[in-house]
Parts: sequence; C-alpha cells; structure tokens
Amino acid sequence: MSALVAIRSRTRARAAVTAVALAVLLAGAILLGLLLGDYRLTADEALRALLGIGSRVDVYIVTQVRLPRVALAVLCGAALGLSGSLFQSMLANPLASPDLLGISGGAGVAAVWATVVMGYTGAAVAGAAFVGGMTVAAILLGVSRRLSDGGYRLVLAGVGIAYLCSALVGYLLKRAQLNDAQSAIVWITGSLGATSWMPVGIVGLALAVCLPGLIGAARSLPILALGDPVARGLGLAPATARIAIVVTAVLLATATTAQIGPVGFVALCAPPIARALVGHGSAALAAAGLAGALILLTADLAGQYALPGLSVPVGVVTGAVGAPYLLWLLATSKGRRA
Amino acid sequence: MSPGTRAARGIVVLGAGLLTLTVAALLSVMVGTRPIDPGIVLDALLHADPQNPDHLVVLTQRIPRTVIGVLAGTALAAAGGMMQGLTRNPLADPGLLGVNAGASFAVLTAITVLGLTQPSAFVWFAFLGAALAAVAVYAIGSAGRDGATPAKLALTGAAVTAGLTSLSMLVLTTNTTALNTYRFWSVGSLTGRGLSEAWFVAPVIGAGLVLALITAAGLNLLALGDDTARGLGHSVRRTRTLAMIAIVLLCGSATAIAGPLVFVGLVVPHVARALVGTDYRWIVAAGIPLGGVLLVGADVLGRVVAAPAELEAGLIVAFLGAPALMSLVLRRRPVSL
Amino acid sequence: MTHRSAPTTPSLRARTLGAGYPDRTVLDGLELTVSPGRVSVLIGANASGKSTLLSTLARLIPPLAGTVELDGTDIHAIPRRTLARTLGILPQHPVAPDGLTVAELVARGRYPHRGLFGRWTAADTAAVDEALAATGTAPLAERRIGALSGGQRQRAWIAMVLAQDPRILLLDEPTTFLDLSHQLEVLDLLVRLNRERGTTVVVVLHDLNLAARYADELVVMSRGAVIAQGRPADVLTPSVVSEAFGLEALIIPDPLTTTPLVVPVPGGVRASADET
Repeated sequence: MSALVAIRSRTRARAAVTAVALAVLLAGAILLGLLLGDYRLTADEALRALLGIGSRVDVYIVTQVRLPRVALAVLCGAALGLSGSLFQSMLANPLASPDLLGISGGAGVAAVWATVVMGYTGAAVAGAAFVGGMTVAAILLGVSRRLSDGGYRLVLAGVGIAYLCSALVGYLLKRAQLNDAQSAIVWITGSLGATSWMPVGIVGLALAVCLPGLIGAARSLPILALGDPVARGLGLAPATARIAIVVTAVLLATATTAQIGPVGFVALCAPPIARALVGHGSAALAAAGLAGALILLTADLAGQYALPGLSVPVGVVTGAVGAPYLLWLLATSKGRRA
Repeated sequence: MSPGTRAARGIVVLGAGLLTLTVAALLSVMVGTRPIDPGIVLDALLHADPQNPDHLVVLTQRIPRTVIGVLAGTALAAAGGMMQGLTRNPLADPGLLGVNAGASFAVLTAITVLGLTQPSAFVWFAFLGAALAAVAVYAIGSAGRDGATPAKLALTGAAVTAGLTSLSMLVLTTNTTALNTYRFWSVGSLTGRGLSEAWFVAPVIGAGLVLALITAAGLNLLALGDDTARGLGHSVRRTRTLAMIAIVLLCGSATAIAGPLVFVGLVVPHVARALVGTDYRWIVAAGIPLGGVLLVGADVLGRVVAAPAELEAGLIVAFLGAPALMSLVLRRRPVSL
Repeated sequence: MTHRSAPTTPSLRARTLGAGYPDRTVLDGLELTVSPGRVSVLIGANASGKSTLLSTLARLIPPLAGTVELDGTDIHAIPRRTLARTLGILPQHPVAPDGLTVAELVARGRYPHRGLFGRWTAADTAAVDEALAATGTAPLAERRIGALSGGQRQRAWIAMVLAQDPRILLLDEPTTFLDLSHQLEVLDLLVRLNRERGTTVVVVLHDLNLAARYADELVVMSRGAVIAQGRPADVLTPSVVSEAFGLEALIIPDPLTTTPLVVPVPGGVRASADET
C-alpha cells in the first residue's frame, strides 16, 4: 500500500469518527430537547409519542411543540455552520461570518421596520428580513467585486454596513410603540420561540436548494485556497467559483436569519471547531454543519432550562459564549491577515 | 511640503474651520420648527426674557444642543485622529472600537440595577463603560504577534460590541422599563441633554484635547514603525499610553453627552488629512473645528430634511459615514498612515 | 513511471501577442513557438515581460491582442479543466493555507482530472504517488507545508503540478530564494521530468549561467519582445547580453559542461536595461 493510500484512509477514518461522534452528541441533544420542559415525559414516552403512540397530550407536546423547535434549531444551526464555513474558507479569514459582514444587520433593519412601521408579524417579518439580508449581500458583492485580497475589503465594508444598520435599528426602535419595540428587540436577539413546522420547512427547503452549491464549494474551496494563479492553472475560474460560494453562503444565512433572527456566533464558531476536528478539505464543511446544529440546539436548551424560571433567547446565549471565544481567537491568531 | 508652508496651510485650514463652525453653530441656533432671527438670538443672549418663548427655545434647547454638538464632535474627531495614528489604521474610529457598546451596557446597568431614569444621570456610567470597552478592545486587538492590524482591531471592536450587545439584549428583552428609557438614549441625539452635563464634561474634553495635541508629535514618529521610533530615541510605550488616555477621555465624554455616535471620528481625520497633510499635530488640530462642523451640521440637516419632525444627528452621521467608509475601503491601496 | 497513452507532445505558440495591465502594456506583438518536448528557459532583465508572457501562455491573464494556441486552438476556446490537463503552471511564490500537509497539497493537483462528483480514483492515487516519488517528497507527505525548508517546499509545489500530469509545464522563477544546491536540485528534477516523461518545460530563471547549463533552448526577452531564441551556445553572445541586460560581459565555455558562461566585465553595467 502506498504511503498516500495509508494517509488517505487515516484521514477518512478520522473524518468518519468525528462525524459519528458529532451525530451521536446531536442525537443526544435532540432527545434532551424532546424530554425537557414543564410537561414531564420519560424517554420511552417521548419516543413513542414521536411515532404517534401515547396520550394525545403527549403526542401533541412532542410532535407539535418540542420537535419543531428542535428541528428548527438543528436545521438553522447546520445552515449557519455551513454558511460560516463557506465564508471563512473562501476569504481565508477565520473571522468572516454573516453577522460580522452585516448580512444579519440588513435582515435586522428590515425586520424591525416591518414590525414597528408596517405592523407586520410572523411570515411577513421573515420575508422582509430575507429581502434586507439579500440587499446587503448584493451591496457587499458590488463593493468587493475583486475578492482576491483575502476578503479584506469585503470584511471592512461589511463592518461599515453593520454599523449603519445598527444606527437605523436604533432610530426605528426610538420611533416605535413600546410593545412593538419589545417584539422587535426579541426578534433582533434571535430566538427559537413560538415555533411551528412552517419555518422548519422553509429552512429545510433553503438547505435543499443550496445543496448543489455546497457540493460545488466542497470541490472548489480547496483549490481556491492555493491562490488564484494556482487555481487558474488547475482549470478553475476563481471569480465564478467565488460568486457561487458567496451566493450559497448568503442564501443559507439569510434564510436562517429570516426565520429565527440574527443569532450571533454560530456561523463564526462552528467552522474552526470543525477544522480542529477533521482538518482541511471538504470533510470540514460537513463537520461545520453538524457542529453548528449541535451548538445552536445546545444553546437553545441552555437558554430555556439553565436558569430556572427565566427563559433566555438563544441569541443571548450564543453571544455570551461566542464573544469571548472570538476574542480569544483574535488574541492568539498568529501573523494571519485577519 | 516644507514645514513653513505646512504650518501656513494648517493655520488657514484651522481658521476656515473655525469660521465654518461659527456659521454652523449660528445656523443650529436659528434653524428649526420655530425659525429664529439672529437678532433675537443675540437679544436672548444679552437680555434673556424668561417670558419670551423665542428666548426660551434659544436658551433651553438650541444653545445646549449646539454646545453639545460642538463638544462631542470636536472630541470624537480628535479621538479618531489619535486612534488612527496610534493603530496606524485608517479605519479606527471610537465607535468602531466597542466604545458605544460599552457605554450602552453601562447605561443599561445603571437603569436596571440602580433605577436611574434621567439621561443626565447616565453621563458617568456612559463614560466608565466607554473607557473600559476602549481599553479592552485596544489591549486584545494588539495582542498576538502581528500587533494591532487594521482588520484585527476592527473585528475585536465588533466582537466586544457583539458580546456586550448580547448582554444588553438580555436586559432589554426581559425589562420593559429599561428598554423604554434606553431606546431614547441610544440613538445618538443632541437633544434631551442640558447645559449642565455639557459643562460637566467640558473640562474633561479640554484636558483630553491638550493631551492629544501634546502626544500627536509622538504619533508622527510611531508612523515610521515602532523600531524606527525607538531608534530615534522615542519612548513608544509612553506615547501609546498617553494617546490611549487622551482617546478614552475624549470619546468617553462625547459618548456620555451625545449617546453612541459612529463615523464622526472616522471621517473627520481623513478630511483633515486631505487638507493639512500627514502631520498628526495638524490632523488633530484641524479636526477640532471640523468635528464640530460635521456633528452640528448633521444635527441642523436632521431638522431640515424631516421638518417639521427631526432626525437624530447620529442617524444623519451614519448615513453620511457609511458611504465614506465604503469609499475608503474601495481605494486601490490601503491608506498608509 | 507509468505508461502514457499520448506520446505526441502538443505545441504551444503565441501569435502577435499583446499583454499587460490596463495602465501598462508589457508585451506587444510577441511571437513565440515553444519547442515541444524540450526544456526552454526564459531569461531577461527585470520587467522585460518574462512573467507576463508565462502568465499569458498559461491563461492566468487574458491577452490584450493576439492569441495563444495549443495545437492550433486558441487556449481561451478550450474548457478550463481540459486545458489544465495538458498545460500546468507553477506561479511565482505560491502560498499554501496554514496547516496543509504535503500529501493534501499534491492531491489538489488532481482537480482537473476528477469527475462530476469528485470521486477519488485509483488513477488519482497513482498520479499523486508518482509525483511524490519523482520529487522525492514522499517521506515528507505528512509534514505541514509551513514546516518545510525552502527547497522542500518548492519540490512539494512542483509535485502538485506533476500530479496534474500536464504535457506542458510552465514554471515562474521556481528557484528564487533557494540556495545554490537547492536550485540545482530543482533544475535537475525538471530536466529529469523532461527526459523521462517527455514533458515540455518552460521555466523563467534569473541566473544566466544556470539557464545556459540546463536549457535545451534559451528565449531571451527584452522590453516585451523575444530578441533571441535558440541553443544557449548560439544565443548567449556578448551583444545579446548587452542588449538584454545592459551588461558588458565576456562569454567563455563552462569548463565542465562547455555551455556558455557569462562573466561580467568589472564596471560594465550600463544604465539598467529596464529603466525606460
């Protein structure tokens, strides 16, 4: 057996072990999500209720209350993890993520506007947020058509847009009725409350639509990482590949944000965890999706049940945990142009 | 440019800036839902009549907001210039470096824990929060082998902002009273504050400006690189520390009286640099009138564009500042400082 | 070495080629036919257009005028990955991402050969193994690129383009920043590739004496044009050296290889040739 075959099988084994481990953890968290809550269920009851067996209350609680929320957390977490991984790999910048790039900010402005000015609720707010996030993404793409400088421009332009968005949100909140302002604030924080199956379906659809983009990205990202000249020499069109990646990443981030609000840091933290576990290459993309799902679900469970009597929006939990992590990343990054 | 012509140019810019500031201040006192003649303004200043509604508007609303605009704009512009020199970073802006989030969180703490409701009482907390956040961002952003690189500082600021914001959100989503008080403070407005707070922070800003002007010469040496500055016999650490103190005094005060404002400290130093060249003493000096012009001008503009309502100065500045930031980013080469 | 089914060596040709950047034309009306199956070395003063020519030949930058033809077909009419299976380039100073291992880097050279779903095949493994072996990087396969010496790193990158298995290989200053023995190591490797696989090699070098020693054919550039092309002994004359480099030099036969040896005359530097 050649040295290469041995190396490749080792790498693949490591990726497989990691994926299985993450999946097991995720399954555990999902089960926990079905069990925890004021309405007590045993694991046995919960699993039977999942299949429609048991008392009507049991079945209702599991399939219409807890499962949608858990499913939304898993799908959104996966979408955010994948989106962050795409941005970070493409920009060769461990700090890129939809929130720092202002995409979440754009979605936030639109959603707050829809809530406090137009008086929309539910799906209409989500629709507005989607349009807002896409608008910012279009501006960013226009500003940094040449993305070959490690995304330096993209990141800084995004930071500028994020601040403009926060000024606009402040203005809208000041103008609003207090109760509108309050529901807007809850939305901005990012939360998985009041979930039905509808948003789960939308995020699932977005993931399905993005699948070809993800497969393409898994192939082109390792080549792009070698630099534009080498990538061209290997027969890749860097500009086209980048646009496909950005569009996929933006779609994932915006679809998610529209449903659950701009939950911070999942997109930022999941990819480096995945890289640490499985190294470079396409395996890291899949692992980032799994890690994102695990992080968001765990954070939501912690927010709901860690403090007795106080339900904390998931966005507060991810922010409070993620910010120190990001700062640690910044303080220890070595000579990287980040 | 020889030192002589540079100084001459600086003096011209400074003079023109002060003149424009005077005009802007005058406009700020005159323009509004109730337009007021210059004569009446003068009258109100010289023989105030508490029964005259015009006099009351001038003395209790227009003059305080103008004074606050001048003070905050001046302080932010000088702080921005210092920060750009300190970090050799064209994107350094007090607002981009976590100051606002720090001030906001401190104010929220004051509202929820101490039950304060009057904006005048927020000054100390805003100041403290802003100062702590700025020091933290700078310290973390300069850690690591490559020091305080532009993007790293900007992102450290973003991270500190996001972390503090998430804590603020925890308070806001669970406490309606806090949200109601906070949302009016947070929007970066020159109204709703009285002259007493302005006089309160004026000496602090004055001290900050003096310190900034003294330290600016050292920044000229730092611009050549730490090693070169040391080779020229300069104490890099002392300059950094003094500059940081000046920045904290300046932007802490500004945020305390005017609420969180971004972009003033970013844009003005660039304008100043285009006008007077790369000498930090002149950039900081020219920024003093220009910062006031921008903020007071934005405030006046906010009264005009939305008349008879008003748009907050902070919002107008953000709308002017975001395109300015874009154009900086879009320049082919990063601005070298 | 495995057996290759297409022994015919494709030809690469530049016709009335104009190239450069929006604000600066570097090449103007350049004509060049790369000798198939040989080692060609591009030499010329700084800014004479060597790298621009190489980049245009490899389709890294689009020509402003004229065409580059591979077997008579404009390379811009060939699908990218099809072209990449024939034509490989190693640009100047490529940078690998942090933490990438040699094996991972070399495996990425297989990109143009992989199918729609990117399945890794036995042929991919064989090509990578062969590239590692040919460059002597197999023992380094699991090392990180960042931890290698300059010479090892350059060999790893060459292994990457070898895994691409091109019939024509272009290399832009692959020996810069290497010490003399590492330079020789890289050049020996390129010559061996040429002899054993029949790969056409086009390489930009700075050292005239090494160029003369390793080249089957020298291509001398000056101010965006080819001023001489041919066997080193025929091309490297005092007048060509003077025209291309602004340098007065004595040309003597290398005592070991009898290839030309350029000995600069003390004080013989004219105003630098590229400062126009």
